[in-house]
Amino acid sequence: MSSDINSDISNKYLTFVLATEEYAIDILRVQEIKGWCKVTQIPNTPSYVCGVINLRGTIVPIVDLRLRFNLDYQEYGSMTVVVVVNVISQNGKERIMGVVVDGVSDVYDVIETEIKPPPDFGSVINTEFVKGLSTVSDKMVIVLDIDKLLNSNELAIIDGLSQG
Amino acid sequence: MTIDLTQVRGLFFEESFENLDIMESSLLDLEIGTFNEELVNNIFRAAHSIKGGAGIFQLDDIVAFAHNAETFLDEVRDRKHSIDQALIDLLLRAGDILRMMLSASKDEIEYDTHLAETCQTELQQALAETTEFVEEIIAEEIIAVPAVLREWHIEFKPDLPILKTGNDPINLFRELEELGELTVIANIDAIPDFADLDPQSCYLSWELILRSEANDTDIEEIFEWVIDECELNITVNNLEDTELSISEQSIEELEITPEIIVPKEVIPQNIETIKSINNKVIEAHEEISEDIVNKHINTQGNTNSIRVGIDKIDNLINMVGELVITQSMLDQIGENFDNSDIMQLRDGLSQLERNTRELQENVMRIRMLPISFSFNRFPRLVHDLSTQLGKKVELILSGESTELDKTVLEKMSDPLVHLVRNSLDHGIELPEQRKQVGKPEVGQLHLNAFHQSGNIVIQISDDGAGFDTEKIRAKAIQKGWITPDENLVDEQLYEFIFQPGFSTSEEVSDVSGRGVGMDVVRRNIRDLGGSIEVKSEAGKGSKFSIRLPLTLAILDGQLVRVGEEIFVLPLLSIMESLRIQTKLVNSFTGTLEIYKLRDDYIPIFRLYKLFNIKNTATKLEQGLLVIAEGDGQKIGLFVDELLSQQQIVIKSLENNYKKVQGVSGATILGDGNVALILDITGLIQLFRNQTKSPSYLPLGTIRYE
Repeated sequence: MSSDINSDISNKYLTFVLATEEYAIDILRVQEIKGWCKVTQIPNTPSYVCGVINLRGTIVPIVDLRLRFNLDYQEYGSMTVVVVVNVISQNGKERIMGVVVDGVSDVYDVIETEIKPPPDFGSVINTEFVKGLSTVSDKMVIVLDIDKLLNSNELAIIDGLSQG
Repeated sequence: MTIDLTQVRGLFFEESFENLDIMESSLLDLEIGTFNEELVNNIFRAAHSIKGGAGIFQLDDIVAFAHNAETFLDEVRDRKHSIDQALIDLLLRAGDILRMMLSASKDEIEYDTHLAETCQTELQQALAETTEFVEEIIAEEIIAVPAVLREWHIEFKPDLPILKTGNDPINLFRELEELGELTVIANIDAIPDFADLDPQSCYLSWELILRSEANDTDIEEIFEWVIDECELNITVNNLEDTELSISEQSIEELEITPEIIVPKEVIPQNIETIKSINNKVIEAHEEISEDIVNKHINTQGNTNSIRVGIDKIDNLINMVGELVITQSMLDQIGENFDNSDIMQLRDGLSQLERNTRELQENVMRIRMLPISFSFNRFPRLVHDLSTQLGKKVELILSGESTELDKTVLEKMSDPLVHLVRNSLDHGIELPEQRKQVGKPEVGQLHLNAFHQSGNIVIQISDDGAGFDTEKIRAKAIQKGWITPDENLVDEQLYEFIFQPGFSTSEEVSDVSGRGVGMDVVRRNIRDLGGSIEVKSEAGKGSKFSIRLPLTLAILDGQLVRVGEEIFVLPLLSIMESLRIQTKLVNSFTGTLEIYKLRDDYIPIFRLYKLFNIKNTATKLEQGLLVIAEGDGQKIGLFVDELLSQQQIVIKSLENNYKKVQGVSGATILGDGNVALILDITGLIQLFRNQTKSPSYLPLGTIRYE
């Protein structure tokens, strides 16, 4: 496929809200959206790892994006939303994880070429996890690289220990 | 043909190794001096299949070697050699070489060509040792001295479904082509109208003319695999003697160009039809080979594949069918539910429960393999070892059909081999010694497996000398494990053989005596959640009993509560639980609490501290102490409360998250919540990391209980 055809391709992104900011992730990575349920805590993990839940027989870890991005902690309740996503880790393994967000906002078409690189300063989050910024109906959304985000730091698979 | 051979490659290796196993076990079953046609045929077939398969993948060295072995076996089959120990040994060795060559080319590594050559020479020598008549055959096959050139007429009419069996006529023709000049005439009379055509059937028949020096067995051999699926008619015309003196030029003229001669009455339009048929045949062939590949889950890395009997699959399908029926029944009840339906609902639910349980049991059973997979290697091992050690041993296997989890089976292989080697080396005495003490010359080694209350028990017993308790004692004193005046009962002494670095053998042999091993054996068994025990009687023999859980996917767990969290402790690791008497708690260097339990000092692990859990009992008298053992060390886990015991299904945490120290996995409780399974060994490490204490912490060591 030649690049000029590629440039017109738009992908659908799911956006969600954290504090006042709107973030977008590739919708094809979203497995489901569910409400908050009780988690089982995992000992000795960073605060942004809430714990694990039973998702129809699979053990799925839940990550609080607010805490991950150093935003204020917000009490979990019936309005809390968990977005279950497929993450591809460094070793090519697919993992299922849940991220806690304030609320799901919308689904947008974002043209790939219109995702602009983020400024590399002045942001509380490491821009490494940000794929870029895009403007949809006069609003700025932050497009996240979900693979990098959910494989960073404590969430990284340590080779040799991760035998299914 | 555009079939991706790499896909089938894994299959070939898998099958070849199976064939080698068949060859080996048949060889070991052969009795010296008698001729068992069935067994010899088995061996021959195995070698032939390997040769054939290797040919497809152009593994020329394997083909050459297998060919030699096959030629030799062919003669054995024709009763030209007497079956003696030397012959069996030679063939066993040939099997080993083949195995080596196969695994080398599977992993694409080099192998010891010298070994292969030596064995090949031996095979050829063995061949030469037969009558003159035989020599002619060798000459013909190996040196290819020109023999009589003959013209063979072969009518080959395969049955319609021949392609579905994985046979392809083209391959047969290619093989024939290697024998000489081949002319192929296809007969397409039987091809039905296009509408009736089944693309997976072969409607063609062939008339083949082969000018070759080959004899009839060579040709029949090519058709050996399809003989039951075709009409085959082979006739021969001896060509005139003048043909024998073919000049080089005429050989060039005879250059092998197989061509398909289509009878003249076929008009050119038909060519299109033939082409489309041909395409369909190719498609069908690809489909079939794909099927074959798909049947083997994950052909790459054959350790991950499992062969499942069709009956097991059928059973599962039945059960899923029943589950669906139950589900729709419940659905119906739910649609217009009123209170009078409550009985029906209850029935439906209990049926659902039964279905689910049966389904679970059956799915688990898929992972179960009979232990014969492991036992089958022992006849060979015992044969080789007893020859090497000059001992006479009879191996008795029983309970081979006992099934256990594939993972457990694989991990048990090495420990079993070790125990068998030990029994042969240290247990069973030399024939003269046995005679002296009035035992039969031939020692007995018994491998037995059976189920016992949800566990599988594997026993290795011999009627040898038994353990020499004095020797063990002396060794233990020498190593400083006990003092000379310490009095220990035999069972306590046997415990020492599991210590690292223990060996009573004066000299280190090829077989055993290095003193590494028994500790590894025990660790492997423990890793699988099992245990090993020893019984021995001087002069009468010894017996090792290994007890293993049937599967690694389910374990008996004890639920414990800490704060609001529930954890699972494997029941096997728990020694006892008790209420703490505070007067027995002592502080050690300020950071560690030690509990004096009878003769042991056991460190107390406060789980809530280790795991940083809030709202728990913090005073020792409020909770309970669970004494658990991991990696030979005892610890006391301080928990709030013991809950129920139940069977739990182990789920991986690492699939979606990663390994967590102190936790071996997770499970889902009856209420749908997740509970973490504690790993005692991991907890000990975690504790050490947290307290940053040196590793020579005086943790309670196991006293022989």
